[in-house]
Amino acid sequence: MPDFARVTLSDSQPSAQATTGGKFDPMTGPSINAASVVAESAVVEAKAAVGAATRIQVRTAGHPDEQRIVAAAAELGVSGLRGCRRWTVYHLEGRLSAADTARLCRDLLVDPVTDEAFVGEPADSGTVVEVAPIAGVTDPEARELERAAATLGLAPLRAATARRYELSGDLDDADIELLARRLLANTTIETTGRGSLPPAFSPVSAAAPSAPSVPLVGLSDEELAEVSGRRLLSLDVTEMRAVQAHFASQGRDPTDAELETLAQTWSEHCAHKTFKARIRLTHARADGTVEVSDHDGLLNALRRVTDDLDVPWLRSVFVDNAGIFAFDDRLDLAVKVETHNHPSALEPFGGANTGVGGVVRDILGVSARPIACTDVLCFGPADLADDELPTGVLHPRRVRDGVVAGIGDYGNKLGLPTVNGAVLYDRGYTGNPLVFCGALGLMPAGSHPTEPRAGDRIVVIGGRTGRDGIHGATFSSAGLDASVAERAGTVVQIGDPITEKGCIEVVERARDLGLYNAITDCGAGGLSSAVGEMGSALGAEVDLAAVPLKYPGLQPWEIWVSEAQERMVLAVPADKLARLSELCGSWGVELSDIGSFTASGRLVVRHGDCDAIDLPMALLHDGLPRRRLAASHRDPAASAGSPPPDGTDPAELILGLLAHPNAASRESIVRTYDHEVRGGTVVRPFVGPGADGPADAAVLKPLDTWHHDRAVALAVGLNPRITALDPWAMALHAIDEAFRNLVAVGADPDRVALLDNFCWGDPNLPDRLGSLVRAVQGCVEGVRRYRAPFVSGKDSLYNEFDGRAVTGTLLISAVGIVPDLHRAVASAATRAGSDLWLVGRGSDRLGGSMVAEMLAIDDTRVPEPLCDPLDRYRAVHSLIAAGRVTAAHDVSDGGAAAALAEMAIGGRLGLRAAIPPDADAGAGALVAELANEAPGRLLLEAPAAERAAVADTLGEMGRRIGSVTGGDSIEIRAASAEATVTIDEARRAFGCPTPGP
Amino acid sequence: MKKPPVLILHAPGTNRDQEAALAVEAAGGDPRIVAVEELMTGRTSIAGFGAVVLPGGFSYGDALGAGGRLALELQAWLTDGLSTALRSGRPILGICNGFQALVKSGLLDAAQPRPYTLAANARGRFECRWVTLRVEPGCRSGWLEPLRGSVIRCPVAHGEGRFAVRDTRVATGLEAAGRIAFRYLASGSAGGPGEEPADGEYPANPNGSHYDIAGVCDSTGAVVGLMPHPEDHIVDWQRPSGPPGARGSALFEALVAAAR
Repeated sequence: MPDFARVTLSDSQPSAQATTGGKFDPMTGPSINAASVVAESAVVEAKAAVGAATRIQVRTAGHPDEQRIVAAAAELGVSGLRGCRRWTVYHLEGRLSAADTARLCRDLLVDPVTDEAFVGEPADSGTVVEVAPIAGVTDPEARELERAAATLGLAPLRAATARRYELSGDLDDADIELLARRLLANTTIETTGRGSLPPAFSPVSAAAPSAPSVPLVGLSDEELAEVSGRRLLSLDVTEMRAVQAHFASQGRDPTDAELETLAQTWSEHCAHKTFKARIRLTHARADGTVEVSDHDGLLNALRRVTDDLDVPWLRSVFVDNAGIFAFDDRLDLAVKVETHNHPSALEPFGGANTGVGGVVRDILGVSARPIACTDVLCFGPADLADDELPTGVLHPRRVRDGVVAGIGDYGNKLGLPTVNGAVLYDRGYTGNPLVFCGALGLMPAGSHPTEPRAGDRIVVIGGRTGRDGIHGATFSSAGLDASVAERAGTVVQIGDPITEKGCIEVVERARDLGLYNAITDCGAGGLSSAVGEMGSALGAEVDLAAVPLKYPGLQPWEIWVSEAQERMVLAVPADKLARLSELCGSWGVELSDIGSFTASGRLVVRHGDCDAIDLPMALLHDGLPRRRLAASHRDPAASAGSPPPDGTDPAELILGLLAHPNAASRESIVRTYDHEVRGGTVVRPFVGPGADGPADAAVLKPLDTWHHDRAVALAVGLNPRITALDPWAMALHAIDEAFRNLVAVGADPDRVALLDNFCWGDPNLPDRLGSLVRAVQGCVEGVRRYRAPFVSGKDSLYNEFDGRAVTGTLLISAVGIVPDLHRAVASAATRAGSDLWLVGRGSDRLGGSMVAEMLAIDDTRVPEPLCDPLDRYRAVHSLIAAGRVTAAHDVSDGGAAAALAEMAIGGRLGLRAAIPPDADAGAGALVAELANEAPGRLLLEAPAAERAAVADTLGEMGRRIGSVTGGDSIEIRAASAEATVTIDEARRAFGCPTPGP
Repeated sequence: MKKPPVLILHAPGTNRDQEAALAVEAAGGDPRIVAVEELMTGRTSIAGFGAVVLPGGFSYGDALGAGGRLALELQAWLTDGLSTALRSGRPILGICNGFQALVKSGLLDAAQPRPYTLAANARGRFECRWVTLRVEPGCRSGWLEPLRGSVIRCPVAHGEGRFAVRDTRVATGLEAAGRIAFRYLASGSAGGPGEEPADGEYPANPNGSHYDIAGVCDSTGAVVGLMPHPEDHIVDWQRPSGPPGARGSALFEALVAAAR
């Protein structure tokens, strides 16, 4: 762990070496001589100190970080920081002449219009903080610099980078340390100090490979538990005993690599022990009755109910890296949603970055071409007071900014549109943020080969293997606490999207050429999981010496379980290897042949002459003892709680709802994602003439499908506010929200595929598990009621911080089919004079609603889930598909009042509507009418000429509640009061970042 | 009529190549996506193509400044092929990352040190939104001639697209030489195109570009670069709202016509 106190070059002790560097002045013109004179002194210095590196630092005038840091420091309470100059530092080691350095500067590193540069060791006057990646952390800039030097014909050199901050203002040592730790560096992956840091070149130490035995045979339960804990295996005593028994029968102890392989393969992350466990649930209902039920696997329950639907358009569900279903008669869609919570808590940028990378590889792992990304993010409150921040936790603002930057960076660089998602703020996520990353892919039907054969070569393509990401799978199977950042060390990684982009190009072409018999991504558990799973029915022999490394010195077990990013594993017939190799060469992708699949039923791994692993496949895949777990759940007593405060001003309430952190515009985040790339985005995240109304779902028209009008829609639904009150109803509400979002853009409710992602706490604690079981039961019921199958799902458990569980969060993602993209509609009102219709009925139950949270109403009654939801959604869909509806918007957070205001904001058109009273008008009826969040409700805009047809189709399910006036006011009437706000006021409350018309 | 072959250059990290190819195809050209590696190793030659498109993306991850490494590769490996193409007047179009690479390689302007660059957006972050462009009436580019004075609506999606000049005389000089090809227009009411340049106003000028410059051409007019993505607006349904027309297809039709 880097220690800030261990300063490298204190600014109070000026370096004995005087500055020997010089300013590189690009303005002196193109002559190499002129520049080399400037740079010469640096080379002199390099010669003086043998092995010293050339140091170049570059500053871009007005780099966005400079202002951002000053502003963020003020938010941190460091008001003395007045200025910040940010430099990028390049260290170069190798035979580099002055002319070479000058050329690198001129041709690559220094932009003469915006940059200033300095070659050599700078004088550290003033307050200087430098930040460098810890040696071994992925540093794409350094790698590209090394390659660029080769292009320029320079002698081979090693590069390392750093950032340098020259701070000015009134700062004491404590301020500087706070800024360095909390703002400038992330000490999980970076080292920081005052003054210039030495270059962080990759480590070069080389140790001979070895796979020592770990004494296990004969140990007591306590000793077994100790081994599991010390080695971060995350195996419980029963599982350790199973391992011990196997090796006792073999008359030997396991090697470290064998033990690690079992820990990875049997981890919660890879084996889904909880979702496969036998569970006994004790359910105490609010009426005092207690029901005990046995559950033979949560995963089985979800699978069975999906199977029972017998949907003809499903291709492959729950078995592979991603769910696959038909798009048209020729093409299939593949979809997957993953979480990357713990890595994002520690290193938000890298965690989210590799989260996107991982889920995109899941799509590649079913041979599909990735075509879009989604993301759902849950953070602690952005305005959390500093003294409320638990020790060892990054502030939610910093987590958010890093996560958002990480998602944008990876998706944008892969050229995938990030088109749909959500952002939630809640105290329950402060210590354990949630980062859900989704990806969609497209593939010719039946083009995904899944049968490796004995004799096939085991081929790895993509990134090199390093120490990064060791123990990710087992790490995610334990809770977080204040010390985890120190223990995590190698778990966190930085992504390299350009390497993954190369894999995308290669896999698509290799699939079309039939160059492989099976493929999977190298994710959790690294090669150990990828090769182990692919060869489970066969056997495999691997030589780890053939795996290309980022730097030497890795032990066999480290290479085997490293979760280094951007790698795919393929089973390639020997006679197709040359063609694949050539393909990889064209696209700049590295390929290595590390062994072969065999018919032996054994996993045999060596590193050159060092034997590391010899295990029966059966032990890996069938040897894990099935868990039995106890779960308990207690329904809270139903109570309306205290009535909402009297005299609520309805106009203020509407503006308050629009401004709520969980409802306000996400534009400042979402516009940093490319949602246009691939040219097929039909309904974008923001809609209406000013492109600032919030969309309900995305509609995409994939490349290669332009010969017909069918499009695909993506939406999400989640409401974790309901989990504490009723996890079963919560699941149904989440499904309903995803459904109505899809229907609102024109998707067919009879062609919806669902995905579940559960983020819960420690499943060994009965209350956590009880709520999880109830949520799964809700999902199962949802499949029956909505007649929509689950095609993929994932559970992320052990989301705890300091013994407190994260708010149980179920994300429902939904993929739908829009029969005709020209008939897709959006949420923004389109025409003055149109009618407004409300589909569905309201409720006076406010439990779990945003308004209840906002006004601290302690209603525990959750609106009834819909029993038969499809009638209304089919009716709405038929109207949209017939072109009778010009806009549609789902009613969710903030109720009908907020939804009406959003239609007006997006359309920049005023409207007048009366929300019908659907419940007993008791105390606080006004609040309930305006802002209740009953499921199954949609607002529709339709031309007055369609009135009879709309009325006829909707019947009792819909009511005409007003019209688009086109003025500049939003007039909303409830039974007991009336509110008028201007579009301008609503836009300001909602936080539209661009000026109005 | 024979379809002229158009080279779509793919460097590691290029990602709008498929849309560029589709736009060229729709305009009557015969697009071929070719990896830089194939050109470097001589397996494919630029000589056989009627035009070259450098599409958008993040070549080499933009690790050392947007387009910087691709620019280096262009200089080191492809100068001969590209200058031969140029001498015969064949068009070269750089979009977004391709534009950044053209600027940094000196192919748009050989003056050293370079007089203008594409710097970080004024708001300091990547931004994706639709903009309105005008093909400058005074633009000297021969192959853009049919488009002069016309309007294109299409998205921008970049973090480093601010056209920045060493001093204001650079823009005056470019204008006098007819080398400003595209400028950002103000939004009209209801989001449609306005009549006048954006005058630096966000979001019509999305990145703070000097003099609302969205694209330029070289002194011969054959090399054209721009930040926005006309290839993402070649059919009406791609447009988010506003009146029909103002598609980017016209630009590719002009490119293909000049590639014959």
